Amino acid sequence: MSDVALAPGSTNVTWNPPARGIVGMVCLIIAEAAIFVIFIVAYIYYIGKSLSGPTPKDVLSLPIFTSICLLSSSLTVHAAVSALRRSQQHLCSLWLATTVLLGGIFLAGTAHEWYDLIYNHGLTIRTNLFGTTFYSLVGLHATHVIVGLILLSLALWFSLRGQMQHHHSEKLEVLSLYWHFVDAVWVVVFLVVYVLGR
Amino acid sequence: MATHIPLDEMHAPQQMGEETHRKLWLEVLHDWVTTVDHKKIGLMYIGYALFFLVVAGFEALLMRIQLAVPNNSFVSPEVFNGLFTMHGTTMVFFVGMPILFGFGNYLIPLMIGARDMAFPRLNAFSFWISAFGGFLLYYSYIGGSGLYGAGSAPDVGWFAYAPLTARVFSPGHSTDYWTLSLLLTGIGTIGTALNIVATIISMRCPGMTMSRLPLLPWLYLVTSGLTFVAVGPLTAAQIMLMLDRYLGSHFFDTQAGGSAVLWMHFFWIFGHPEVYILVLPAFAFANEIIPVFSRKAIFGYPAMVAASVGIGFVSLSVWAHHMFTVGLGPAENTFFVLATMAISVPTGIKIFNWLATLWGGKIQFTVAMMFAIGFLFQFLIAGLTGIMLSVAPFDWQLGNSYFVVAHFHYVLVGAILFMLFSAFYYWYPKITGHMLSEKLGKWHFWLFVIGFHLTFDFMHVPGLLGMPRRIYTYEADRGWMIWNMIISSGAVVQAVATLLFVYNMVISYFKGPLAGPDPWDAWTLEWATSSPPPSYNFAETPEVSSRRPLWDLKHPDDPDSDYESGPGHRRQAKEKSA
Repeated sequence: MSDVALAPGSTNVTWNPPARGIVGMVCLIIAEAAIFVIFIVAYIYYIGKSLSGPTPKDVLSLPIFTSICLLSSSLTVHAAVSALRRSQQHLCSLWLATTVLLGGIFLAGTAHEWYDLIYNHGLTIRTNLFGTTFYSLVGLHATHVIVGLILLSLALWFSLRGQMQHHHSEKLEVLSLYWHFVDAVWVVVFLVVYVLGR
Repeated sequence: MATHIPLDEMHAPQQMGEETHRKLWLEVLHDWVTTVDHKKIGLMYIGYALFFLVVAGFEALLMRIQLAVPNNSFVSPEVFNGLFTMHGTTMVFFVGMPILFGFGNYLIPLMIGARDMAFPRLNAFSFWISAFGGFLLYYSYIGGSGLYGAGSAPDVGWFAYAPLTARVFSPGHSTDYWTLSLLLTGIGTIGTALNIVATIISMRCPGMTMSRLPLLPWLYLVTSGLTFVAVGPLTAAQIMLMLDRYLGSHFFDTQAGGSAVLWMHFFWIFGHPEVYILVLPAFAFANEIIPVFSRKAIFGYPAMVAASVGIGFVSLSVWAHHMFTVGLGPAENTFFVLATMAISVPTGIKIFNWLATLWGGKIQFTVAMMFAIGFLFQFLIAGLTGIMLSVAPFDWQLGNSYFVVAHFHYVLVGAILFMLFSAFYYWYPKITGHMLSEKLGKWHFWLFVIGFHLTFDFMHVPGLLGMPRRIYTYEADRGWMIWNMIISSGAVVQAVATLLFVYNMVISYFKGPLAGPDPWDAWTLEWATSSPPPSYNFAETPEVSSRRPLWDLKHPDDPDSDYESGPGHRRQAKEKSA
């Protein structure tokens, strides 16, 4: 018995299970999506329930330019991954730098918007239910943008130092999945906060 | 590329370990703290959960002493509030989750023929952050009073309804300890669940297609998937609670237009899938243990998988049956009544599949099998009281009574803990290399069965008589006295049985007979390597061609692959018969 094969009759089938990095990131995205769903439900539930002003209509303006920046950064990060797949490291660095820049513009836009809301309109997280749900939902998203930017900047750093090679393209793809998720969430947040909520 | 793995060769590494010199305890400690090995992390999960099982069990005993007789003053009302909060929180987050993830961590890579988990360092991180969460919760006994000198342990109940958790009603930091510890544990839980999914999807050994995956990894896959969509909302709700308490936001502040009911929804969107997160691994153990001791392959493998996935989906749409007494309105009530009843269909499929596995089998009544059969009976009864409570008008009468407490303890103790004990008796030989004493085990089983039924059968009665949960005492003329006395005496019997189990585990580690690689003549891959397995699990990556690779190994003339459905195999079987 001790000399029997563990796999009688098995043939030389190719065995290619999915990459663990991709699977792990998809799982993380599902869990993160669940967190966002709860914040979005809270936002929708509390629309128009604030006991005092200011209301979204009074103070919110559409952040169209920064939204375009963030959404187009999805394309640039994708371009970075495909450049790395073709072993074009310099092009990859360039696209990564563009992505970081576009993400940075978005974040600066949010910072400007918050400054305006706090100092010119007197809206803080304690003011009313709109403030509570607005700052927590947009803040949660901005936190994810910050995390993504830190990771992308690290990737850019490695890329500029020439340490990012063709065989790292799967890892960069995992990171790009996260960034696509952050962008996709912004579409929902934009629709809920700036379109539905106003 | 069929790899030939002689069994003798696979056990050789164990002898090498015995030759190494005795290590200093500091080296051993360093080894465990810095380890990324899935078996050691699994064992640390289990050890940490057993520690908290004793702690939370002790809290339950204190509560039962307080309630044994009317007008008792064994503990004060404040202490009692802390006890039931800590008991519930600990049992769910620091016993149930870690012990199940511990078994998953230990068993899944072995069962799928992998070297380790997909992300070993994330695995270690998840364990340590979860463990830190547990100790942070208990630190509230020291630090909970905060600057205001009010309260000690969290006393808001394990589901912490608003507005009890508001700053005004819960000054000091006890609620913050509760929130933060659950937040941290949640991060660890999601990390481990992610790891389990990636391991099962990406680390399977060659030949192990999803239709050949043993049922234990399959059910852990469903549990982990549920973890993402259940623990995510809990994390979100805890962030909101922290914002309310620290930054003065108004999510659950009714005076500013916020909603206390929203917290209930958010908590139970986590809370009910959580029950299935805990019970699916128990089903997973039953799926492995019942066939082995019936000497038959599991009945209805595809139906088992489908039922588990079905339970996973349906469990996401039943949460508000915890909230019938809130007054949701007829439409919502009807939906959640029907959804709750619907979940008994896939659960029933599972029960019938286990019965069909037992049917006609050569049943071996080992202690592991006895616990598994106890599980079958008790889980059925727990399901029946569950159907009773799913009917909204019945729930209006008995919601928040001891009937509810009896029902969910029937699930958590009668089903999950029984299956956990079964798993300990079944896999202890693999983990330590020594058999547990069957004689002590039988004492453990019978004492625990008697104690369990004394406590939880009779707990239904004071519930029907109107005794609400979470009261610290009651008057003598209510007619609850004799029932509470029986319940409390049953709790003592269970405690004695558990001590016997702990004694068995300790004594068998030193004196138990050697197990050898495969003491139960089982069929899954973990029994192909030595007991305890070497740190690299398998000397050579195994390759499988059916759901029971060790059966194929032992019966090369009659391999399972001839019988399992699938396009490749039907052809093989045909060729053979030709």
